[in-house]
Amino acid sequence: MKIDKDLVAASATPLVLGILADGGSYGYAILKRVNELSTGRMTWTDGMLYPLLHRLERLGYVAASWQVAPSGRRRRHYEITASGKQALAERRQQWEVVTGALDRVWREAAIGPKPLLAPAAGLER
Amino acid sequence: MDGMLHSEPETQIGHWRGYVQRHRAISAGDAEELEDHLREQIADLEQAGLSGGEAFLVAVRRMGDLDQVSREFAREHSERLWKQLVLTSGPDEQTDAHARRELAIVLGLAVASALAIKVPPLVGLGWTDDSAGFYARNLSLFVLPFLAAFFAWKRQLSWSDSLRLLVPPFALGAVVANAYPFTENGATEVLTAIHLPIALWLAAGLAYVSGDVGSHRRRMDFIRFTGEWVVYYALLALGGGVLVGLTTAGFATLEVNLSTVVPEWVLPCGALGAVIIAGWLVEAKQSVVENIAPVLTRVFTPLTTLMLLALLVAIPAAGGLVEVDRTLLILVDLILVLVLGLLLYALSARDPHAPPDTFDRLQLLLVVSALAVDALMLYAMFGRVAEFGVSPNKAAALGLNLVLLVNLAWAARLSIGFLRRRLPFTRLERWQTTYLPVYGIWAAVVVLTFPLAFGFA
Repeated sequence: MKIDKDLVAASATPLVLGILADGGSYGYAILKRVNELSTGRMTWTDGMLYPLLHRLERLGYVAASWQVAPSGRRRRHYEITASGKQALAERRQQWEVVTGALDRVWREAAIGPKPLLAPAAGLER
Repeated sequence: MDGMLHSEPETQIGHWRGYVQRHRAISAGDAEELEDHLREQIADLEQAGLSGGEAFLVAVRRMGDLDQVSREFAREHSERLWKQLVLTSGPDEQTDAHARRELAIVLGLAVASALAIKVPPLVGLGWTDDSAGFYARNLSLFVLPFLAAFFAWKRQLSWSDSLRLLVPPFALGAVVANAYPFTENGATEVLTAIHLPIALWLAAGLAYVSGDVGSHRRRMDFIRFTGEWVVYYALLALGGGVLVGLTTAGFATLEVNLSTVVPEWVLPCGALGAVIIAGWLVEAKQSVVENIAPVLTRVFTPLTTLMLLALLVAIPAAGGLVEVDRTLLILVDLILVLVLGLLLYALSARDPHAPPDTFDRLQLLLVVSALAVDALMLYAMFGRVAEFGVSPNKAAALGLNLVLLVNLAWAARLSIGFLRRRLPFTRLERWQTTYLPVYGIWAAVVVLTFPLAFGFA
């Protein structure tokens, strides 16, 4: 299954920030983690990760530093910052609203026109 | 991991690296980062059983279309994009024709500006002492409209946008400069002559940012443009001066006297035309000067800091300020302008992602010592202003001082945050781009209200 390009783009920032919130990392490892998390179903164009990381850096969400990899090559290492964590929390709330709403839609569609017992308060907000 | 790569992938990676580096928006550091990624991917794929060549192909494919990646980088790094935008060089005929057309337009505008200043003599306002005030007030009006027209053409601004954005400021400037009944050689006339060019320069900036005044990137580009224009103009003036000197001396040996031609034609026409040419050169030959601005900053930031620190030590040593008058205030203003100029040069040339280094600390020291000198002098001035009342010059100098002080004080605060890694570098940039209109507004206030407030004295 191929995930729509726009969906990948929209989820990229919270995914990367979330992975970095778990501990500092570097480009290739971040992509590998995305692969693991989505069991290989979310495919990114590898090169596009780097402009995204730079954007997050410019916004102050992540801090980058050059480190030396075990192979002896230089490698850019990224850490999440305090404002990055804040941004992540905000994104998370936004996504929870979206996934919550979608969740209801799926269930209603599956059940049909029968009214739901779940309170509607969450949806109205 | 490298050991697993056979010689063939190694050459292939070399070719790939060369291809990556041809993209201007991808810096050397980014290329290194991408290469590291590629190598890891290849190593993993080889471990999964692929041959070196296969692993390379798969890894490159996963990396994606480099042109797209490069565009994405360019979007992210406007300072690199800035280089790309202006380099229209290409072998194809269309760009060739475009470049020729641009040159023709630039030369046309430069000649038009040079001739504009020779129009008043035709209606009886010759180049004499009596008309010195007229020329001083109107000088910028002879050239900046043409520069604005060049920007408008270059940015493909529509006619309606051009008229809407550019006509009001220039028309207002022309009316004020000529309709106000100035006292000859009065302070307000001199102030108008100084402040009108600044206000109109920023008005020309409206065309430069193609009307997109809210865009901080475009504003930053305009700041860059201004800094580099100064460098180019100084170079052109220097070269022009040498050439004029040699020509005059050469004709003198033939006993041909150029003493009327040079001041009446060559100097004014050359000085105005050069404004347009310098503007065009900055746009066209960007990469030549962009190496000069950082060098100038690096050389003069430590020197200026030394000068300021020496002043700070010398003032108490001399037993306080002896002669406190408006010349001193103007001197301090000029020092602050210099410091702000150095700050802007450094900001515009800096890689926004680099971590704070010694130079950033030095720069903070520069700003703080400038603020300290300013505080000392303002303190010394304060009583005197109250004593003698406010003159137009004092009000203008104090106002400018305030404008600069606010900028530098806040810049120092942000810079401390940046050095402590609490704030990203972009906040410093953002502050300067936010502040940019203030200079224009202040200059406009001086031009519009000071003559009225001080009775055109």
